[in-house]
Amino acid sequence: MSRYASDRRAIEALVRPTEVHRDIYIDEDVFALEMKHLFANTWVFVGHESQAPNKGDYFTTEIGTQPVIMVRHSDGEIHVLHNRCPHKGTKIAIDRSGNTGKFFRCPYHAWSFKTDGCLLAIPLRKGYKDTGLEESQSVKGMAPVGAVKNYRGFVFARLNPDGPDFDSFFGDSLSSIDNMVDRSPEGRLEVAGPPLRYMHRCNWKMLVENQTDTCHPMVAHESSAGTAIELWEQMDKPEGTRKPMAMEVIAPFMSPYEFFENMGIRTWPNGHGHTGVHHSIHSDYSAIPGYFEQMVAAYGEDRAKAILGENRHNTVYFPNIMIKGPIQQLRLFKPVAANRTLVESYIYRLVGAPDMLLERTAMYNRLINAPTSMVGHDDLEMYERAQEGLHSDGLEWVNVQRLYTQGEDFDEIAVENGTTERQMRNQFHAWAKYMTMTMGGDA
Amino acid sequence: MAFPTRDDLIDFVYEEARMLDDGRFDEWLDLWTPDSFYWMPLDYNQKDDKHVTSLLHEDAFMRKLRIERFKGERTFSQKPKTRCHHVLQRPFVDQQDDDKGEYVTHTSFQYVETRLDDQILLAATARHELKLVDGKLKITHKRVDLLNSDAAFGNIQMFL
Repeated sequence: MSRYASDRRAIEALVRPTEVHRDIYIDEDVFALEMKHLFANTWVFVGHESQAPNKGDYFTTEIGTQPVIMVRHSDGEIHVLHNRCPHKGTKIAIDRSGNTGKFFRCPYHAWSFKTDGCLLAIPLRKGYKDTGLEESQSVKGMAPVGAVKNYRGFVFARLNPDGPDFDSFFGDSLSSIDNMVDRSPEGRLEVAGPPLRYMHRCNWKMLVENQTDTCHPMVAHESSAGTAIELWEQMDKPEGTRKPMAMEVIAPFMSPYEFFENMGIRTWPNGHGHTGVHHSIHSDYSAIPGYFEQMVAAYGEDRAKAILGENRHNTVYFPNIMIKGPIQQLRLFKPVAANRTLVESYIYRLVGAPDMLLERTAMYNRLINAPTSMVGHDDLEMYERAQEGLHSDGLEWVNVQRLYTQGEDFDEIAVENGTTERQMRNQFHAWAKYMTMTMGGDA
Repeated sequence: MAFPTRDDLIDFVYEEARMLDDGRFDEWLDLWTPDSFYWMPLDYNQKDDKHVTSLLHEDAFMRKLRIERFKGERTFSQKPKTRCHHVLQRPFVDQQDDDKGEYVTHTSFQYVETRLDDQILLAATARHELKLVDGKLKITHKRVDLLNSDAAFGNIQMFL
């Protein structure tokens, strides 16, 4: 591999306090090292348990670029296995989801495996007699990932067997997942339909950074949100006509800088953080009839108000997801290549809540994050222009300096002005940490 | 027209596609009834247009917004503008109910969208629900199913 392989100093040199080197976005060798180290050392989102509700149900996805299967084993537990037959390498499952019954059977030579990955049977097994098969890696079956954690229905995995434990990796940031799940009167979410799948010809980190970039909506999205407001104001309508749901969703994107400054950003250790500490673009949605009463019945009034009063905007879980608690949405930024990212946008039903909430959630997903979305079109335009622009030799560094203060300590939880780029700096601090953690060499 | 003939219905579907290809968007907006929807499902055989994600589910306001946005000075993903091109198989007339003034057509088509050096080709089926309003055919519902609706797409910027 290149100049970066096994050279932790070269990797560390890509991140400075207020700027990062373009190779972080455009260099294929850096990307390969991300897949080898960063995506193996961190806890990466795999799927939601409701995508495999019954024994034998499975769901195929990737952790970084590693193909995996998330499956519900016969004991009811979720397992995450490498999607590769230990015999010849054939992917065991290629459909996106299904039920495999009590075991997986490789379609090539019929090696079969229990749903925890253990080898069950090999046809004509006598052919391996006295060959030492029991000493091979193959006999162990489909390899499980290093560690799996099901947190309130959200399944995360760490590829490496050793590394940070789940609780210390996420810490207090789990409060955003808690808030999303608590919004169900029954404390439970269910995935609602398949995700949007939107291919971006840019580096995955541009998308993650954009989640807490509060200085772009009123610029990049003026064409959609700004035009929507103009059209609504020009429309002939009776006095006091209520804004349609779509307007409630799209109009706040045009909020002024001051709105975003005051909403606040919170950063947590290990690259996690969220916008919308005090309020957010989701704060002023109309109440859905019957919902508050259901929440009060389930939690009591004080607790219900506390849950619904928390209107966090975007929570980034490093390395590659964002969730919106008030919307019940999760976006997964799947790295494909240095210049290619697949964005999958999932929505969830709040079990026990009115359907109209899910209607707003589904509307948000398609209006903002679909490949056919007016908002998404302008975001993608920016990312792709940046991916191309970074090849310019005019400057090799990307600026992340807004509201920087000397001696920032990312191991501390901080709440700051909502337009700070501290969360981006927090991500790059974590990026360097988890990239070099397993690289060897001098720290 | 009194009642639309089979040819009138077929011509209507062709003419609608031509308006989009020619960029005659304001004329295109006038083809719709006020409470109509344009629906592009995300999933094969999708039944629900509200409680799961769709690619598009646009009422009159959202269609108008999309068209107005195309014209904007700061519509960055439309600098330069996208162009599109429809190739239609002859529409089937699935329902022709003069008593109700309601008509349904089913049209297979291929759609090409281009901008800068990129060009995409999509295969799709359109189901038009039409209604006779003051002697003119109007669209009450148009459903567009992409053959590969579950695939990962880049930007699809125009109405199909």
